[in-house]
Amino acid sequence: MSLLEVEGVCKAFGGIHALDTCSISVAKGSITGLIGPNGSGKTTLFNVMTGYERADSGRVTFQDQNITNASPARVFRLGIGRTFQLTRVFSRLTVLENMHVAAQRGDWKGWLGRWSSAHEQKRALELLDFVGLTSLRALPAGNLSYGQRKLLEFAFILIADPQVILLDEPAGGVNPTMLNYLTARIRELNQRGVTFLVVEHNMEFVMTLCDRVMVMHRGTRIAEGTPDEVRANPAVLEAYLGD
Amino acid sequence: MRMFKASGLLALLAFAIAFPLLFPNGEITAIAFFTLLFAAMVTGWNILTGYTGYISLGHAAYFGLGAYALALICQHWNVQPGYEVFLLVPVAGLVAAVIAIPVGWVALRVRRHTFIVITIAMFFIAQLLSYNLIGITNGSTGLDLPFPLAWGGAFFNLPFYYAVLILLLFAIAVSWWVRHSKYGLGLLAIRDDEDRAQGLGVHTEISKVSAFVLSALIVGMAGAIWAYFIGAVYPASAFDPLFDIALALMGFLGGMGTIAGPILGALLLEPLHQYLASNFADWYLVIYGGLLLAVLLLLPRGILPTLQERWAKYRASREQTRETDAASITPLPEQEESAVKTEGINL
Amino acid sequence: MAELIIEGIILGILTGGIYALMSSGLTLVFGVMEIINVGQGALIVLGAYLSYVLQQYLHLDLFLGLLITMPIMFGVGLLISFVFRPIKRDRIMLSVLVTFGIALIIEGILDLIFSADTVGLQAWYVNDSVRLAGFSQPFYLGYNYVFCFLLAVVLLAALYVLVYRTRFGQSLRASMENRTAAELIGIDVERVSAITLGIGVALAAAGGMAFGATTPFNANSSYDLISRLLAIIVFGGMGSLSGALIASVSMLVIENITALIWNANWATTVFFVLLVLILVLRPQGLLGQAEGRKQ
Repeated sequence: MSLLEVEGVCKAFGGIHALDTCSISVAKGSITGLIGPNGSGKTTLFNVMTGYERADSGRVTFQDQNITNASPARVFRLGIGRTFQLTRVFSRLTVLENMHVAAQRGDWKGWLGRWSSAHEQKRALELLDFVGLTSLRALPAGNLSYGQRKLLEFAFILIADPQVILLDEPAGGVNPTMLNYLTARIRELNQRGVTFLVVEHNMEFVMTLCDRVMVMHRGTRIAEGTPDEVRANPAVLEAYLGD
Repeated sequence: MRMFKASGLLALLAFAIAFPLLFPNGEITAIAFFTLLFAAMVTGWNILTGYTGYISLGHAAYFGLGAYALALICQHWNVQPGYEVFLLVPVAGLVAAVIAIPVGWVALRVRRHTFIVITIAMFFIAQLLSYNLIGITNGSTGLDLPFPLAWGGAFFNLPFYYAVLILLLFAIAVSWWVRHSKYGLGLLAIRDDEDRAQGLGVHTEISKVSAFVLSALIVGMAGAIWAYFIGAVYPASAFDPLFDIALALMGFLGGMGTIAGPILGALLLEPLHQYLASNFADWYLVIYGGLLLAVLLLLPRGILPTLQERWAKYRASREQTRETDAASITPLPEQEESAVKTEGINL
Repeated sequence: MAELIIEGIILGILTGGIYALMSSGLTLVFGVMEIINVGQGALIVLGAYLSYVLQQYLHLDLFLGLLITMPIMFGVGLLISFVFRPIKRDRIMLSVLVTFGIALIIEGILDLIFSADTVGLQAWYVNDSVRLAGFSQPFYLGYNYVFCFLLAVVLLAALYVLVYRTRFGQSLRASMENRTAAELIGIDVERVSAITLGIGVALAAAGGMAFGATTPFNANSSYDLISRLLAIIVFGGMGSLSGALIASVSMLVIENITALIWNANWATTVFFVLLVLILVLRPQGLLGQAEGRKQ
């Protein structure tokens, strides 16, 4: 059953067609990979899906609800979380405080009250524990290393209990040990029912982690299937090697 | 630890209350008055600038608005001098706050760099209007406030001192509440990464404007008390650009975004300012400017944040050693790295 | 009435040119260094006083005096840029406070030396004026306005050539676009910044002379100046040279027309009201860059 669908989305920047009638669909409960050579439009697609860019035409639906051009805040509230290539955390807030910012999710109740009730505190700590950052919880997020920041971003997306998580190059700039750690976390969450859409350049990472892979080239989807199917697809090879 | 902190604060409060009785000298209580006045103003200013990172260099406009508001109210309702005038101070503050609503809404739409300039422009508009709207403000002749002759001699400063102390406590309470609420957390997030905060659901526009209005309220009330103390308001005195700089300097020195920082900044700088103004009137601007530069270049982060940071790092690194491997998860690969990161405190 | 409007336009264009001269340095410096030099007002007044001293004691003609004051002020600008070299983060807030500190010092020293009496730069053209034909009411235009406007035109044209036709100008524009990228391709951004600040302050010297030749001034005039200059560069779009030009002329034209038709007191207020209006409609100013949603 399709959870997240993109139908015929086009997006142009000046004369450049970043997305050209792009259609993909993410099945519920899957870990779907999205690969493609540089400039194929993967990040733009993410941006359109999560409201950071406006689509020129086409539709984005989530659980059959039309979310095309919805604001990032709304997208987040509906249950779609997203990380960024260059991590964006609140550097002067502590790790724990970072968690609580995301927990609000635009709710008004308790807005004027204490920023962490006992229940929220517990949940935040649980998640920090899950990603292994508990000991760093009182440090300003700006002091964290790159890999730790990725984990933090991951954690505070989780605090909102998303149904889908879009990961934008989670493996970028991360060492192999950390990568395994990340993979384990993703699998564990997936077993609990979270759907993933992962954009990545690291082939090994994608092929071992994902059950379905989609390939983009020049703004549109050119292939999809299981990792093995995609690996053997001549069109995919050509996209990467050609040009 | 908590008990220690609480009793320390109570002692400070007791000292502040007893201060004018311990040092009844008129000159000293006057300096104390101005110090607490600025402490309250900077605390209020910090709610906007320190928490959201939108730097306002035109807040003296609300000071002037509050001052004029009180003067006008007293004139129109023929208020008699006395303690009753103090009851009108919150009203004057509200006037400033209400004016701040549309102003803030317009001003906060722009980028941060532009915002600074807008606040300066708004300040000058306010000053110009006070010169030009002669029908209301009496132009450069200024307005008088009721003068409490009954409070003779050494007693005169006392009611003002306590009024300003109450204002300061109010400002601290508001600042503390904001800092510890979800609302305040949102403000701090806006300071670090506004777009990301918005994407995560923080109501950025309302948060920013309300912070702006709250700070205008406090600064407006300060202006009103000041006007009553001085006895008259003029465009040049009520709208003084040096006030804007004083706020920024004190906030900066003490530490932006903290609660005690602004107070510390005022406690250090205002007595100095008063001393310089009375003894070195000619060289005043030069010394002030030089002082400003020295503080900025030598203490760029302010006193308190630097101290706080050191303390947090110390605590975090101590915890790491106490912690044996947590739960069932594999140890975080970069644990060693982060130990190194806490600047060599290897335990 | 129509005549008044035309007079307002003429005066506005002439004074607008002078303000363009004063604000161009300000907006360029912002574009390259991301610092808001709120000391520009004080520097202009300093330039005016320098011209004054040269004229009073050495009897040097004001325009010739520029040959001395501009290089001196260029040096001052370089000095100021050195203050900013070690600061990498949070430049904007710091820059406002630091430059304000510098402004206070300059203002204080000028006040001490020259006292609060207003002075004006003297020359034959300051007192003489030409009567423009074709107006029913006598309309006299001071020669000083005309000459200073010509000065502004010449200097701004030179600035344009520098920014758009030289290699240095290229480095400047590259640094404005993207500092990091510029550094990566070998542009010494620090040097470009220093020179830009130097140019900005040198232009302030020229602007100061023009200002002083058309308005009586004292150390306190810096506040009025800087508030207008800031309004101009925000109106035009911070960092945009053409924006500063258009903003200067249009705001001064409107101000002058208002002064002639309505009331001189309200004229300055109109200035700021315009600023607020443009910001409501177009927060980035006329030619500024809009901020898109960051990713």
